[in-house]
Order: sequence, then structure tokens, then C-alpha cells
Amino acid sequence: MKMKHLFAYTAAAALFAGTAFAMDTHPVTGEKLAENQELTYRLMDQFPTLDPQLNEETVGFHVIRDIFEGLISQDENGDLIPGVATEWTPSNENKTWTFTLRQDAKWSNGDPVTAHDFVYAWKRAADPATGSPYSWYVEITQIENAGAIVAGDADPDTLGARAVDDYTLEVNLDSPLPYFPNMTTYATLFPVHQETVEAHGAEWTSPENIVSNGAFMLDELVLNEFHTRVKNPMYWDADNVILEKVTGLVINDHNQALTRYLAGELDYMDDLPPGQFPNLQAEYPDEAFVTPRLCSYYYAFNFTDSGNPALQDVRVRQALSYAIDRQVIVDNVLKGGQWPAYNFAHRATAGFEMPTIEYSTWTQAEKDAKAKELITEAGYGIGGEPLTLKLIYNTSESHRQIATVISQMWKQKLGVETTLENMEWKTYLEIRANQEFDVARSAWCGDYNEASTFLDLLTTTHGANDGKYSNERVDELMAASKTSMDPQAAYTEVEQILAEEMAIAPIYHYTQAFMKKPDIKGWPLNNVENNWYSKNHYRVASE
Amino acid sequence: MSSFIIRRLLIAIPVLLILIVATFLLMYAAPGGPFTSERALPPEVMANIEAKYGLNQPLYVQIWKYVVGVVTQFDFGPSYIYKDQDVNDIIAQGFPVTLTYGFWSFVVAVVVGVSLGVTAAIRHNTWLDYLAVGVSVGAQVLPNFVMAPILVLIFTLWLGWLPGGGWQGGQWEFIIMPVIALSTSFMASIARITRSSMLEVLNANFIRTARAKGLPAHTVIWRHALKPTMLPVISYLGPAFVGMITGSVVIDIYFSTGGIGQFFVNSALNRDYGVMMGVTILTGALTVLFNLVVDVLYAWIDPRIRY
Repeated sequence: MKMKHLFAYTAAAALFAGTAFAMDTHPVTGEKLAENQELTYRLMDQFPTLDPQLNEETVGFHVIRDIFEGLISQDENGDLIPGVATEWTPSNENKTWTFTLRQDAKWSNGDPVTAHDFVYAWKRAADPATGSPYSWYVEITQIENAGAIVAGDADPDTLGARAVDDYTLEVNLDSPLPYFPNMTTYATLFPVHQETVEAHGAEWTSPENIVSNGAFMLDELVLNEFHTRVKNPMYWDADNVILEKVTGLVINDHNQALTRYLAGELDYMDDLPPGQFPNLQAEYPDEAFVTPRLCSYYYAFNFTDSGNPALQDVRVRQALSYAIDRQVIVDNVLKGGQWPAYNFAHRATAGFEMPTIEYSTWTQAEKDAKAKELITEAGYGIGGEPLTLKLIYNTSESHRQIATVISQMWKQKLGVETTLENMEWKTYLEIRANQEFDVARSAWCGDYNEASTFLDLLTTTHGANDGKYSNERVDELMAASKTSMDPQAAYTEVEQILAEEMAIAPIYHYTQAFMKKPDIKGWPLNNVENNWYSKNHYRVASE
Repeated sequence: MSSFIIRRLLIAIPVLLILIVATFLLMYAAPGGPFTSERALPPEVMANIEAKYGLNQPLYVQIWKYVVGVVTQFDFGPSYIYKDQDVNDIIAQGFPVTLTYGFWSFVVAVVVGVSLGVTAAIRHNTWLDYLAVGVSVGAQVLPNFVMAPILVLIFTLWLGWLPGGGWQGGQWEFIIMPVIALSTSFMASIARITRSSMLEVLNANFIRTARAKGLPAHTVIWRHALKPTMLPVISYLGPAFVGMITGSVVIDIYFSTGGIGQFFVNSALNRDYGVMMGVTILTGALTVLFNLVVDVLYAWIDPRIRY
């Protein structure tokens, strides 16, 4: 017994010494590395799950990306780089995708990562028995039969993904999807270790059970307090992973998190307290950063009968949108470098050329004049029929400020009254989904980095189209864009239609402001989805 | 006495059952559900999830199954939000945390509060009295959500003495700030109640008699005045103790302790039916239990009370 321990310690010491020696300087940049290669960051909320197939939110996805590895990963610009797959090729006019897997990828227990693991995971994501809230994601990847499996009409084994051999994965799609590889970077399509999942049921992701294939392994987890992940020695590229340990602390309160960051307890935090970014940037110029973030903020109009009938009139919707001084909201309320928005899809979306929307080129005075003219023409506002709109938003300081500012703009410029109603998140979702509003605060974050993730939302049947906007041409264009090799023309036309009809009032495009200690390097500053992989981070020695 | 205790414990059973049913109904009456999300789930996906958790069954079946699970196997079911956990795990993780800082807060609040109150009453209308009243009023008006960030600002950012949050299995340096923040307002209430109760007792005939007999002042206070003084304090302490050990969402959020209070509030906001039921039952059972403890203590302290 003693001998065994002694051996283990010696082996561990040798391994550690070896690593420390190898990692004196950064292999690529040659920077001198610090002895302490631990990183601590802040989580705004406890992640609900680390099961890749059940995950549906970003806090958990940040962890899942570290402890699991999909076919394809992203680099610091969000471009695709090999993960478990080294090559991917389309055939059959983009209806078949073949992935070649690396042969040195291993699970944390030493088992090889094979194409079968992916097939198992994908079937699991679609299987009704799994009850995944993200099973729709498998459907939108167009993998053959996914829809029927989710609906319970077909056996999960009929899914169009098959392991040709251990290291070749062939995926057949119902219809061609040029950006299918992009979609494999999301957690839903990450592999899982079948034996582990089947042996432990719902608790297979707990630190004592989990088997994973990423650069890090889950080590400790205490809900609502913290978790740690440590370097995975079995990872195929472990030699180039510099951080030894990543700790995530759950800190709900933004101000509390900032205090702890300033006290040196955190190396990284995003979701800064609202409005604080300019001060922080002035005081800590080498620690405060801002990058684009793939989300758009907008006000949805209710197009159904339950909404105010005035909203059926395009002139009213235009007047309301024109009267919003977006620059004021961005500069004086948000103060985080956000962009005023006149179109829906975020400007930084990959491969998307943001069309010039006509009214975005007008000055605010011109917009206001036009707005007054339109509302008068429609017979409402000052001198016309009084118009009162119910504006709903979920409880939050910045939503409240924006709603207050906009309702003031509407009142002063157009004579339109607003009743503001705030409600907690779930109630707000229910009210919004039942169209019990006239105008609803809304926002959408891209599920993947492609413009359709935004523009699909305004098609008739989309689950988040809560204003129930519907336009045949938009539906048609978006359906056609799926199979087109160059969908930009369709996207431009859709955006122009949305702007003309004022399907929504876009307000701003998000940024991500964050604080990072200067000795932490390798953070992606240009990944609009904020997809960071701890395997790229390292701490440099202080001079 | 023992028949009184047994009777009270038996009454607790229907009380808890009513609590379960009422909570269940209220929970389902709230708009939205655990799986309501910004993107309305396609109906087939929603159906799969509801089937997985048995939410597609009639409400009375769900309540019945839940009660049977709790009673026969002490199984509080799964969490609908923390999908890798069940409610028993969550309570097993969070309750000890809350119990620890709640217990110490209670001790601090009682010791400091009673001392302040007694001192103020004995030295009625002297500077000591004014000081004690001043401290307790000050502590009362400083809510813990103001107190918590101030403490972290002072002890973590400026002085660097204590970690700004976390629990780490309950090491002492992680307990100090939560205990200060949680105990302060309870301490203030205890001090006020003790002071006014003590003042009343000190004017009572039996104290005058004790003094007339020539007993020394400390004997009068300790042997005769303190016990009756504690009666109103104890009726306050019962619910206060339950309040403290079942946690404070403010403490849990500001200090990232992982305690049960945050789970309770989050479960209500997230419509995590399982966790909400579990914590409600826990809190309900503890409330019933400690009300009973208070009643028993009453009889012990005041010989006039008989059950």
C-alpha cells in the first residue's frame, strides 16, 4: 500500500516537474510564464447543467467548452479550427458532411474518442426520452430524421449520422446546409461518454462520475458557490495547455463581483455593473476591454388583435421607431460602447454585410420631423386621437432606464402615452408569449455566428416571434437562404423589408465589456460569441 | 407535558400536508413554468420534457405521487433547473451551510442583544442606556443588503483581511462577514425587546419584594428578573432562529455561500417546482418544530404556564 502511494507521488512529482520545465516560456510567443498558472473568473449565475445535450445557456457553455471538445472549435476571431475533427468535407451538394477524426483524442479515463461517441451524443440530444430543451437545435441542423425523432415519430437510431469507422463520421442532411460545420461548435453536438452516461443517470456529470474529453476536467463543484476544473493529462494537446487550474466563482451581484475583482480575488469578470464602464476604462486602461457581442436589443410590436389597433398602421410603427434617439440611449444610459441599431442582425455577425437602412442616415432632427409627420397622418398623437401603449419589460435596472427614456421621447415628440409594466422574467415571458402587450422589450443573442440566427426570428413560425410579425416574402427568402451558397442578397432584402414595415424597432447592438488582469494573456478579443477556451490562456510572469 | 408534545407533533402532520398542497397550487398558478424560455419551445419538445418529469399528468396525481415519494422514501424529487441534481442533494449541500452561519448569527444576536438590552434597562436613562439604544437603532436601520457590500468593501478591498465571499466548507474566515451581516438586525430587535421587558419586570412587585428583602442587585437581576424578562424574547427567538437557519437570500447572494436561502428564492423565480417544494417543506417543518420548542421553554421558564 505504502509503496503504491510512494510510486504515485513520485510519478506525480516527475510529471509536475516535467510540465514546469517545459512551460518556462510560452511555446509560441516566448513570453516568460508565471509560476502560478491558475485562473479565477466570475460566473453571474450557477450553471444549471454540465450535460452538453441538456445545456441551453452561456454560463454552462463556457465550462462545457473547456471540459468537452466538439468536432470543431473556434479561434480568437470565431473562425473554425479543428477540434476532435481534423478535416471536414461536404459532398452531395452540401447534403453530406464527412468528418475525419484525430486518432489521438482520448477521454479522461483513457478511452479513445471515436465517431461512435458523436453518433451516440447526437441521437441522445434528439431522443425524446432525454427531454432536452435544446433538441430543436438538432432539428435546425437539418440532420436527416431529426425532426421526426424529436416528435417521437421515428426511432433515434434512424438519425442521419453514422460512424463509417472509428474515425470517420458521416452526416446526412435533409436539405443542404453550407454552415453545418459552424453548428458543431455548440455544446448540443459535443460527444459524451456512453458508458458513463448510462452508468450514472442524471448525476453522470458530477465531479466523481464525469468522463470528458476536453483540455480540462471538472474537479470540484459546489452549487451557487464555486467549481474548479483542472488540466486533463489525457487531452491530445495537453502539452500546449498552460493553465493548470481554472476556478469559477458564482457571484450574482455585479457590484460585489467588481469589488472582489478589484481586491484581486478574480482575474476576469464580464457583466460589469451598468454604466460603470467609462469610469473603469479611465481608471484601469489596461484591464477594461470591450468587444462586440452577438446580441441585438429591440422593441417588438404586437401585430395580433390583442395589441393596440394603431400598431397595425405602418406609419405609427415607423413614427415610434424614428422618434427613438438611439444615440442618447447608447451614450447616456448604457455607456458601454454599444452601437445604435437600425437593422436586426448584429453588425459583427460572420459573413454578414450590414445593409444601409435609409433612416439610419438621417439626422435625429430629420427622424423626429418625419415621425411627427407620420403620426399626424395616421391621425394619432398631438392634435389627433390619443394613443396609449402598454410597454412591458422584465425587471432590470437598465431595461427600466431605457423604457423610461423611450417613453419620454414618445410623449414629447409624438404625444404618445406609455404605461410601463415590469415583471419578473418568467411572468414576462408568459405575458409576451401570449401577446398581452403593445410593445415588448426584447433581445436576441445568436445561437451560432450566422445572420439567419437573427433573421429567422421574424419568420411566421419562429418560437421567439412574440409580436407575431408575418410576411410571406420574408418567410420565402429565409427558407431559400438555407440552401444558398451566398445568402447575403436574401439577408439584405429581408432587412430592408423589416425596416420598411418596421416589423420591430431595433435599438442597439450589444457589446461585451469586461475586466481582465493584465498578466492573463491569450484572451480572445474578437470572438463575437465570447467563446473562450481556457486552453489558450496563460499567465505571464511579472517583470 | 409529553402528551402535549405528542399532540402538537400529530397536529404538525396535517399542517405540513396543507402546506404541501397549498404550495403546489400556488406554484402552478404562477405564470410560466420551469421550461418557459425566451424561445418558445416547439410543442413536441415541450411535450417530451413534460413527460420526462411527469408534468403532463393531472395535478392531483402529481401531488399524490409527490407526497408518497416524500413520505415513503424521503425523496423530494428532481430539480427542474439544476438538471444534474436532485432536491435531496441540493438541500444536503445548502442546508448545512445555512445552519452553520445561522447558528452562529443566532448565538451572536442573543448574547450581544440580551447583554445590550439588560445593560440598558439596568442603567435606565444613563449614557449607557442611550448608547445601547443608539447602537440597536443604528443596527436596526442598517439592512443586511447595505451591510454586506459595506463589509466587503472594508474587510476585503481596503483592509484585505477577509475573503469577499465563498464558503470553502465553512472555514472561519468565510463565516465572519455573513454572521455579522445576518445577526445585526436580529441583535437590535433582541436588545430592544429585552430592554423594554426588563424595565417592566424591574417595576414588578416581586422585584420590589426581593429588593426589600435586601438581596444584592446582581442576585435580583440574575435570579429573579432575567427569567421573566426572557418570556417575550423567547417568543421572538423561535421564529427568528428558524429564519436564520433557513437562510437569507441576501447573505447567500452577497457572500456566495451556496446556502439554502438563495436556492429558495431562485426556485421561485425559475419555477423550479422541486426545489421550491423541498425547501418549503423543510422551512415549514422547522417552523412547526421550533414553535413547539418555544412553547416548551415557556413552561420551563414560567411556572404559571401549564399545558
